[in-house]
Amino acid sequence: MATEMLAYIDRKSFIHELSGATKLIIFIMWSSIAMLTYDTRILLFLFIFSIVIFKISKIKIREIGFVLLFILAFLLLNNIAIYIFSPQEGVKIYGTSHVLFEIAGRYNLTLEQFFYQTNITLKYFAVIPAALLFVVTTHPSEFAASLNKIGVNYKIAYSVSLALRYIPDIQRDFRTIAQAQQARGIDLSSKEKLFKRVKNATSIVLPLILSSLDRIDTISNAMELRAFGKKKKRTWYSERGFKQKDYVTIVIGAIILVVSLIITFYDGSRFYNPFM
Amino acid sequence: MKKPVIHFENFTFKYDSQKEPTIHDINLTIYEGEKVLIVGPSGSGKSTLGHCLNGLIPFSFKGDIKGSLTVKRQETKDLNIFSLSKMVGTVLQDPDGQFIGLTVGEDIAFALENDATTKEVMHEKVIDISKLVKMEEYLDASVHALSGGQRQRVALGGVLVEQVDILLFDEPLANLDPATGRHAISLIDELQQALNCTVVIIEHRLEDVLDQDVDRIIVMDKGRIVSDTTPNELLASDILEKSFIREPLYITALKYANCELTPTKELEHIEKLKVDTYKAPLQHWYEYATFEKHIQDRSPVLEVKDVTFSYGDKVPTLKNISFTIQKGEMISIVGKNGAGKSTLSKLICGFERDHRGNVVFEGKDITNDTIRERAEKIGMVMQNPNHMISKHMIFDEVALGLVMRGYPEKEIKKRVEKTLQICGLYPYRNWPISALSFGQRKRVTIASILVLNPEVIILDEPTAGQDFYHYTQIMEFLVELNKQGITIIMVTHDMHLMLEYTPRSIVLADGELLADDASVNVLSDEELVEAANLKQTSLFELARRADIDEPTEFVARFISFDKEVRKIGNRNVSVH
Amino acid sequence: MEKGLSIKTIVAIGIGSAVFVILGRFVSIPTGIPNTSIETAYAFLALMSVVFGPIAGLLIGLIGHALKDAVFYGSIWWSWVIVSAFVGLFIGFFANRINIQSGVFASKQILIFNIAQAVVQAIGWFLIAPALDVLIYAEPANKVFVQGVIAGISNIITVGVIGTILLVSYAKTRNKSDSLSVE
Ligand SMILES: Nc1ncnc2c1ncn2[C@@H]1O[C@H](COP(=O)(O)OP(=O)(O)OP(=O)(O)O)[C@@H](O)[C@H]1O
Ligand SMILES: Nc1ncnc2c1ncn2[C@@H]1O[C@H](COP(=O)(O)OP(=O)(O)OP(=O)(O)O)[C@@H](O)[C@H]1O
Ligand SMILES: [Mg+2]
Ligand SMILES: [Mg+2]
Repeated sequence: MATEMLAYIDRKSFIHELSGATKLIIFIMWSSIAMLTYDTRILLFLFIFSIVIFKISKIKIREIGFVLLFILAFLLLNNIAIYIFSPQEGVKIYGTSHVLFEIAGRYNLTLEQFFYQTNITLKYFAVIPAALLFVVTTHPSEFAASLNKIGVNYKIAYSVSLALRYIPDIQRDFRTIAQAQQARGIDLSSKEKLFKRVKNATSIVLPLILSSLDRIDTISNAMELRAFGKKKKRTWYSERGFKQKDYVTIVIGAIILVVSLIITFYDGSRFYNPFM
Repeated sequence: MKKPVIHFENFTFKYDSQKEPTIHDINLTIYEGEKVLIVGPSGSGKSTLGHCLNGLIPFSFKGDIKGSLTVKRQETKDLNIFSLSKMVGTVLQDPDGQFIGLTVGEDIAFALENDATTKEVMHEKVIDISKLVKMEEYLDASVHALSGGQRQRVALGGVLVEQVDILLFDEPLANLDPATGRHAISLIDELQQALNCTVVIIEHRLEDVLDQDVDRIIVMDKGRIVSDTTPNELLASDILEKSFIREPLYITALKYANCELTPTKELEHIEKLKVDTYKAPLQHWYEYATFEKHIQDRSPVLEVKDVTFSYGDKVPTLKNISFTIQKGEMISIVGKNGAGKSTLSKLICGFERDHRGNVVFEGKDITNDTIRERAEKIGMVMQNPNHMISKHMIFDEVALGLVMRGYPEKEIKKRVEKTLQICGLYPYRNWPISALSFGQRKRVTIASILVLNPEVIILDEPTAGQDFYHYTQIMEFLVELNKQGITIIMVTHDMHLMLEYTPRSIVLADGELLADDASVNVLSDEELVEAANLKQTSLFELARRADIDEPTEFVARFISFDKEVRKIGNRNVSVH
Repeated sequence: MEKGLSIKTIVAIGIGSAVFVILGRFVSIPTGIPNTSIETAYAFLALMSVVFGPIAGLLIGLIGHALKDAVFYGSIWWSWVIVSAFVGLFIGFFANRINIQSGVFASKQILIFNIAQAVVQAIGWFLIAPALDVLIYAEPANKVFVQGVIAGISNIITVGVIGTILLVSYAKTRNKSDSLSVE
């Protein structure tokens, strides 16, 4: 029952060959556009463009299928929730109301609401491929180096790489502890009453935390002994130097960023309004 | 004239949190190019001494220092941990904590990265070093794909990049299988030849370290140096017994046979041992030492039938394992690191599920029983006690299982106190667990399993990292349980433990069952020993060299004799 | 002698984030109320902020939550990641006056801790989270507010109960009770 998690997928592709820092920068730009804009045209462009990039990366859909399913389910629920809470949000935003078909009073489906919710969904679709790609095409060892390169303090960057290094170990500890406690009669299944389950959960969380605190001591001793933090700066064994393609990519990314922001705020509103 | 590199002078250290000093007026000089072994019971201050050398004391662990310690003529107090780490390279006990990088290359490069070495230089160096520690093929391998032995070699590489001139090892052999341990020791030796550096090794497994020559052995007890001499001198003396350190088995055997032990006899190594004058007494002892076999016929309690299992999608960790365990047996599971011993134990307890094949308990198939149901019959004591302990007070910890099963207050109290008595923990029943030593914690976890009266107990490496005193304590305690009819299964890397306590053993290697046979036969089968990374104890060699026709019989007699002696508690029982 | 973050803190951040990821993914107990569950991860976050200070709290919240979203759900919900960071930072900030290392975590400290965590989380979940959701995703205010309130309440309770238990147990492991006598 090893639960799946996204991890680096090794391929020979243009995306893989880019430096981690480049990908990080692009990812940040990409996310910020998608967060700021609400302009349907741009969102559509981002979405289609990221599909193309996805193709280039030679990553197969089924390799990340499990997260896609999760995300789709999430979006569905989210849309329903939005509709229940505020079925006329679209009308509020776009200022017109074209009723598509009657349901009941304020729950009448309007074109505006439909358009608005499509945009929300699109907003997710515009970033998700980029995020996924970033995770599966950047080697964890390179990640810390990249963070450092874009200006994050190297100590903090290193703590990220420590996290990536020890997630599998902690997960293994967690399983072992859970098993040991179950053997002693602690029931983790949903059969128990809520309060009982909380109590039981702590009997697993506590050993996990205490053993992790021990881990922190050993690791910091080991790092101390190997002169971590000796100098102001630090080099990285698995850093990947910038090549021409990196510069090109970043420039393109920057252009997209600027242009889309201009288009977005050109008319003073982040919403693209087809209704007037 | 030998040049001193490490020099302790009336050195005393006390941890801030302790009332008493942990090490008392140490006077010790270690010379350039020497190889020194430090032994001593657990808690005697070995690691603390090591911390003083590599600078963790006083830079990381606070406390008060009296006296002086100089490394290469510089007072360590005046240095900082960085400049010390350039002189003293430390390989810590726990390879997992030490392996910080995501890949082999990264981890070896760690110190260089911190020194802001340019990438080109770094990569060259890493390649050279990885050749030195024989890991050049694995540079891009991730931690999780490496065996315990390989991780340790990487750790070694990681300190060698600094071109240190002193290498410090704290229990380099802990939880390595016998063969891997042997390789580790010989690698250390090669490196010392190649780099002519000074080597300090802290280790419980004296005999395994002596596999390669050692210049001096320091014996510590209660924070003091009780002996500082050559291996030959030490082995001829009775210091080791006095401070509860297991001497090499062949030495014990010679003592039992009342042989006159003198340093001139090359005692330090069984191969070199001048055995001729010892032959007569050994054979004499062999004649007289008796050995009673008691084999009663039994009924099967646990059957593992053609079990195959894999974690996730990987290649199977266990392949078609089948064996049967008889009621009241005491049996060991041995084999390579990563062979699947712990996994097998977990399968038997139902920790890991969806495997092929079945597990049968007293004729009833329990393959589909839950962990909890199985726990009533089969108890499992994990490799690492900290994975089991979830309460603050000993009493509550041991009681947990019963509380969970909703037993009445009174009965719980009765059963817990009884169990605590059996485990020799009753006096501590109101202590917080955080105040216990590793060995005591291990016993707490055993108690917490025992209190549920299982019919079978599985212990994963019950004696790893324990000194001889606690080793004996734990094992004799298990023997007591076994006498009360509880079946005991042990996963272990200790070949003598396997011979001494478990008549039969199951041998795993790379997920396959290589043998299921009497322990003595297992160790007398050269190929098997080779294939499963096991190691013959020196008793076999001694018997051969003393021209005793039946080495296995010799071992058997030694063991039963040894048990007697240890019960009586003095070595002077003669066989005349 | 060395300024900035100590090695211990760095490692605490790294390991802390890893534990946050695992707890967040495997030890969240559904309450029965739709899409709200008891997130033990926040109890742990609170512990770490108290023990290792605000900066550690901030970064564990940030890195831990971002990594969790990234590796398990393939996309990062920044609005809530930021709140985790905020909670970690300010619990650590207010808990400064609790000297946990001394081993005393009695009713007084428990009170301080719980007031701090309740206030900080209330601000985080009731105000910041919804605000960011509206800002970034232009989601309906009432919807995100209700979500925030539910999450906030359940997290305040979680930290109040489990977090307190954790801190008490942690404090116990600190005090070297030399007064232990063999009975
Ligand atoms: N960081 C610490 N703070 C306080 N006391 C400590 C610390 N580390 C060790 N001690 C105490 O110092 C004593 C010696 O510990 P040390 O680890 O040096 O023993 P050791 O000889 O290495 O034992 P082992 O063989 O089990 O590793 C022990 O009683 C231990 O409780
Ligand atoms: N929880 C887990 N998830 C994935 N793989 C695992 C897990 N536990 C163990 N393994 C792998 O299964 C193999 C067998 O591991 P196991 O711990 O059973 O070996 P072992 O015989 O106990 O080794 P050792 O003697 O070092 O304890 C190893 O390759 C290990 O990496
Ligand atoms: Mg030690
Ligand atoms: Mg094991």
